Amino acid sequence: MLAWLLRRIAASLAIVFVTVSLTFFAIHLAPGRPFMPPDERPMNPIVVHRLEQIYGLDRPLAVQYVRYFGALARGEMGESFSQRRPVAHAIADAVPNTLLLTATALVIDFTLGILIGLFQAARARRRSDVALANVTLFFYSLPTFWLALVLQLVCALWLGWFPTGGPTDPVMHASLPLLGRLGDRLYHLVLPALTLGLVGAGGTARFQRAALLEALGHDYIRTARAKGLAESAVLVRHAWRDALLPVISLAGVALPFLLTGAVLIETVFSWPGLGKLAADAISARDYPLVLGTTLLATCAVVLGSLVADLLTVAADPRVRVTA
Amino acid sequence: MTAATIVALIAIAVWTGTVVAWCRRRPWGDAGRRFFRHPSATKGMVVLVFLATVALCAPLVTPFAPYQQILTLQDHPPTWLHPLGTDFIGRDVWSRLAYGARVSLGVGTLGMLVAVTLGGLVGAAAGYFRGWTDALLMRCVDIGLSIPRIFLVLAAIALWGKLGVGALTVLLGLTGWFATSRIVRAEVMSVRERPYTDAVRALGARPWWIVLRHVLPNSSAALIVSAALGIGNMMLLEAGLSFLGAGIRPPQPSWGNMIADGRDQLATAPWTTLFPGLAIALAVMALNATGDALRDALDPKTGGK
Repeated sequence: MLAWLLRRIAASLAIVFVTVSLTFFAIHLAPGRPFMPPDERPMNPIVVHRLEQIYGLDRPLAVQYVRYFGALARGEMGESFSQRRPVAHAIADAVPNTLLLTATALVIDFTLGILIGLFQAARARRRSDVALANVTLFFYSLPTFWLALVLQLVCALWLGWFPTGGPTDPVMHASLPLLGRLGDRLYHLVLPALTLGLVGAGGTARFQRAALLEALGHDYIRTARAKGLAESAVLVRHAWRDALLPVISLAGVALPFLLTGAVLIETVFSWPGLGKLAADAISARDYPLVLGTTLLATCAVVLGSLVADLLTVAADPRVRVTA
Repeated sequence: MTAATIVALIAIAVWTGTVVAWCRRRPWGDAGRRFFRHPSATKGMVVLVFLATVALCAPLVTPFAPYQQILTLQDHPPTWLHPLGTDFIGRDVWSRLAYGARVSLGVGTLGMLVAVTLGGLVGAAAGYFRGWTDALLMRCVDIGLSIPRIFLVLAAIALWGKLGVGALTVLLGLTGWFATSRIVRAEVMSVRERPYTDAVRALGARPWWIVLRHVLPNSSAALIVSAALGIGNMMLLEAGLSFLGAGIRPPQPSWGNMIADGRDQLATAPWTTLFPGLAIALAVMALNATGDALRDALDPKTGGK
């Protein structure tokens, strides 16, 4: 077990290293330079040259590469060109916002999705199952940014129940008491989290229903029914235990989504999170910030699949780890 | 909407009905029969055939050109002449939607074709040859899967400048094959152990011949299903990119950039945002429904569920 874990961690680190290296060379070798945005008025070339000297961009690529990883080994991610502050600070500001949004969304996603899937499997092929299957297919097929706009239109503009965007109230937030500030945050969180949660729940429910129906076809289910268990106990205690495994791997895939899944939603709701930060960094050719967000995102993906494997081992006694 | 448009739409509806009815009457073998027995297969196919025909015949079903501006009718709500209203510079939303179908469906389908070809070849090579080929290819796939796809595509577009429709399609295909190749690899690994593969090998066939002629066709079910279910995702990604201003460039209409155009008029002219989104939802729903039916038809294990 320990040897397997160590091997997995080593492989994960290697993947992160290769990914960041590839990103490094890709963005440096691509046409265009950081201080010359293609669509805007060019800066004075002397200023550009001076800026490039300050950030070490005039050095050979190999030198820059070694320097970047040397700094990274010391825990420094460099200085953002566009934000004029350390990359670590920019990321540290964005991560809590994104985590709050996506964690709430994932809770909605999996709670709603698993419950709907259970309900559908319990009444498979009846009218309520078919109706719900259409609803979940609809949400699963929606473009998230469009659902975001529709919710914005209906719930914010027409009904006026929720604000149209932003993480907090721009004017009142600072002057509110602690509880009021918390409420203000939650109030602004509802629409973006609901958008992501509903679209995700569509997929999770479809997945959970299929996994449950497959589990219900096994012999041990017939045994459970034959010994006189109530149908609800068969479904929840026997079939669901088995059908949870694919959902656990789905959750592992969803973990990196905590950091990166919300690029479009963050744009629609002007939510200052990591996805928006990365998208802005890319269009500004902010090399250190692009590398910093890539590093974080890759770590999340690698960690997600590791956690999913560990959870599967914990949940499934049939899976034994061999190093 | 003019009389000619209505006649053309009715003709397309009749054509759609005929095509689907014809397919239902003579399905290809058992798999085809299982496919049409699935409750959502017929509905999905009707929508897909209808949308594809509208896209192909866009000039026939649109009373206006997609770029034609009627400057006196900006942000006008739906009327008889403009069934879906007009947008912020007075273009007919229905006409743009019909032309946008070409881009959205085309990019999704062709992008998936690129992805399936690459994923199929890589998966087959890794699964059949094993050894260091497998190790090398699968490590590449691991890396590809660990970079968030939207970041990868956004970065490529931002760094390599504005892409045309063709380049965007290829880019979406190039970043979309990783998962497919894993599925194909698993399938190929089981097919290569079957006796008929041994027989072909014993007859002295070259390795690549065996892979392309015998192994891949016998593992194509997984490939077809992953393609059918992947087109929808590809379309959603294209729409998202176009919405961010990084995909299809205006004024060429795509369903994604129409939503982006309508976004600023959300409060005053919601129809410019609502209809393209509904079109995407309808197309992706139909694709997923058809894909579900295909999966159940081609995979006897889950058949009948």
